[in-house]
Amino acid sequence: MDFATLAPFLVGVVISGLVLGFVYAIIALGYTMVYGVLQLINFAHSEVFVTGAVVGFEIFRVLNGVEMNGYLKLLLALIAAMVASGLLNILIERLAYRPLRNAPRLVPLITAIGVSLILQDLIRIIEGFQGRFDLTYQLPTGFSTPFCGPESSCAGVGKFLGGIGISLQIKEVIVVLVALVSLAALNYLVNFTKLGRAIRAVAQDRVTAGLMGIDANGIISLTFLIGGALGGISGVLFGLKFGTVNAYSGFDPGIVAFTAAVLGGIGSIPGAVLGGLVLGVIQNLIGVTNILGGALNIANLGVIDSSYQRIGAFLVLVLILIFKPTGLLGRSNVEKV
Amino acid sequence: MKKTSILALTLLGSLTLGAASAQTSLKIASISPLSGGQSDLGTQIKNGAQLAVNEYVAQFKKLGFDLSLTGYDDQADPATGTAAARKIAADTSILAVVGTLNSGVAIPSSAALAPSHVAMVSPANTANQVTDRGLKNMNRIVARDDAQGPAGANFMVSKLKSKSVYLLNDKTAYGEGLVAEVKKALQAKNVKISGDEGTEEKSDFSAIIQKIKLTKPDAIYFGGIYNQIGVFVKQLREQGVMIPLVGGDGLDSEQMVTIGGKGSDNVFYTTVAAPADALPSAKKVADAYSKTYGKDIQGFGIFGYDAAKVVLQGVLLAAKDNGNKLPSREQVETAMRKVRATGLLSGTVQFNSMGDRKAAKMYIMSINNGKFSLNSTLNVKAPVN
Repeated sequence: MDFATLAPFLVGVVISGLVLGFVYAIIALGYTMVYGVLQLINFAHSEVFVTGAVVGFEIFRVLNGVEMNGYLKLLLALIAAMVASGLLNILIERLAYRPLRNAPRLVPLITAIGVSLILQDLIRIIEGFQGRFDLTYQLPTGFSTPFCGPESSCAGVGKFLGGIGISLQIKEVIVVLVALVSLAALNYLVNFTKLGRAIRAVAQDRVTAGLMGIDANGIISLTFLIGGALGGISGVLFGLKFGTVNAYSGFDPGIVAFTAAVLGGIGSIPGAVLGGLVLGVIQNLIGVTNILGGALNIANLGVIDSSYQRIGAFLVLVLILIFKPTGLLGRSNVEKV
Repeated sequence: MKKTSILALTLLGSLTLGAASAQTSLKIASISPLSGGQSDLGTQIKNGAQLAVNEYVAQFKKLGFDLSLTGYDDQADPATGTAAARKIAADTSILAVVGTLNSGVAIPSSAALAPSHVAMVSPANTANQVTDRGLKNMNRIVARDDAQGPAGANFMVSKLKSKSVYLLNDKTAYGEGLVAEVKKALQAKNVKISGDEGTEEKSDFSAIIQKIKLTKPDAIYFGGIYNQIGVFVKQLREQGVMIPLVGGDGLDSEQMVTIGGKGSDNVFYTTVAAPADALPSAKKVADAYSKTYGKDIQGFGIFGYDAAKVVLQGVLLAAKDNGNKLPSREQVETAMRKVRATGLLSGTVQFNSMGDRKAAKMYIMSINNGKFSLNSTLNVKAPVN
C-alpha cells in the first residue's frame, strides 16, 4: 500500500478518533470537576453517565412515532438526561460521600466503587422489569444520514470525507457541536462568573473559602450537579453515536475517560478535554497499526491490531506520567509548610 | 424457618406414609444465562428444558420419582457458572444437568461436575474442547465448531462466491475457536484473508471499520455474539459497507435485528440449533412454548427441550438398569453414553465415546428485512465414532 492511499486513510482515522475523543472529554470533565473540589475519584461517575444514556433512550423511545422535530426530541433528551444525572450525582454526594468527608481517603474511594456497583444493578433491574437489557436508541430519521450529501451546499466537504474513507453522519456532527457548546458553557461558568469563582475558591482551599463566607457544602453540591449534568449529556451523546447501551456500558468509557482526566492533569478542565481528544485519537491509531505495519513493511507492527486499543491508551498514560507526573496540563501542587 | 418446616413436614410425611408411597425427589438442573446480555438465549434453554420435564413428570411419578427442574443462572460468566456447578454437585438429588449456552462456561462447569459424576448434556456448546477433554460426564447434542467453521466457510465460498474475507472474533473461547476453523477452511480453498483480529470492544468499531473499507473484502466473518455484532454491523452499514456478514450461532437471536436495525440485512449465520419452522415436528412444542411463556420459541429453546429429553431418557435407562430404583450419578453418567434418545425435534441422538452426537445437523440462516429464514441445511458427522 502506498502513501497516496495511506495518507487520507490516516486523516480519516484521526477524524473519527476526534469525534470519539469529544465523548470521552465530556465524561472526563465529570471526573475532573469532582476531583478538583474534593480530591475524590468519583467512580460512580460512569454510572451517572449510563443513567443519562438510559434516560435519553427512554425519551427517544417514548417520543418515537410522535410527530415532532428530531432536534427538539434531542434537546428534550439532553435536558432530561442532564436533570436526572445531575440530581443523581447530588444524591450520591449527599448520601455516600458527605458523611465520609473527614474519613481517610481510601474510605470514600471504596464507597464510590460500591455506589457504582449498586447503580449498575439498579439500572439493570429497572430496565429488566420492562424486559430490556440492550437499549437500542430509536433515533429520528435523518440522524444517521451522511453529514454532506452529494447535492448539498457542503458537497465539497462530503467529497473530501468520502475521499478519505469515512462518512461522518449528522449525529456525529451533533455530538461534536453539543460537546463544544457544553465545553464553552462550562468554561464561561467556571472562569467568568461569581459561582465559578466560588467553585475555584473551594477547590483551592475549602476551609478558607468557608471563612470568606462561601457555603462550601452548597458549592460542592453544585459541582456534583454540573459534573452529573455533563455526565448526562455525554450519556446521550454516547447513545447517539454508538446506538446501543446497557447497564454495564459505563465501565469501558468510564475507565478511558478517567484515564483521560489523569492524562490531562486531574483537576484541570482544559486538561480533561485535551486528554479525551488525545486518547480518542491514539486509540483509533493503535487500532489500525497493523495496516501501517503492513504498508511500511515493518512485520512486527502487524501483530498490533485493534485488540490492543485499550492497552495502548494506558501505555501512553504510563509514559506521560513518568515524564510529566502532573499530566499534560496539570499544575503541580506545591506543599506549603 | 419456612424451609425447615417444609423439610420437617416432608420428613414426617415419609415417615408416616412409609417408603412405598413416598415420592423420591429426582431433580435435573439447567445452567444458562438467565440475567445479563445473553439472558434472551439462556432463558430459552431453561424454558425449553422445563417443557420437556413437564412431559415426563407423569412417567417418573409411576416409578415413584418426583421429577423437577432447577434453573441456575451463570450470567454467561465462567466463574458464576462454576459456582452454580459446585452448588449442583452439593445437591445430591440432582442427577444430571442441561447446559450451558457458552462454551467458555461449559468447560470449567463440566470440570467442576466431573468428580461427582453429574452428567451434563449441552444444548448449545460448540467449542471442540468441550468434549475433546475426554470428560466422562460431558455430552452435547449439537455439532462442533470444527463442523460449524467449515460450514460457514463453505457457504461463503460456494454461495456467496467470496474471494477475500475479513475475519473478526470476540476474543472468547467460542469466537476465537470458531474463527480459527473458518480460517483453516478458507485458506484450504485459497480465499484471501484480508484481516484477522479479535476485539472486546462493545461500542466503538471505527478503527476496524476503516480497515475494512481500506482492504475491501467481499465478506466479513465475525465469530461472536449478537449483542456485540449487532452494534458492529449497524455502524458498518452506516459507514456504507454493505457486504455480507457471516457468523456462527451466536447471532441466533431476535435481538440481533433489534440492535442491528437495518444493518442486520445481508447477515448470515450457521447454527446448530434449528429454527422452529425448519423442523415440522417442532410445531406442537412451539405452540406449548408460546402458550406457557408468551414468547416465540427460538433455536436454543428447541435444543434446550431436546437436551432435557436426552437427559430424561438417560435417567430412565439408568433407572431401568438399576431395577427401577433411583440410579446413582455414576449410573446416569454411564447411561447417557448408551442411550438412544428418540422422539426429539432434531432427530435421534446417540453419543460417541467422546460425548459428541453421532449425526448432527447444521443450518444456515439468513436475515433480510428483519426476518430470519432458512437458507440451507448440512449434515455433519462426529469426527470419531
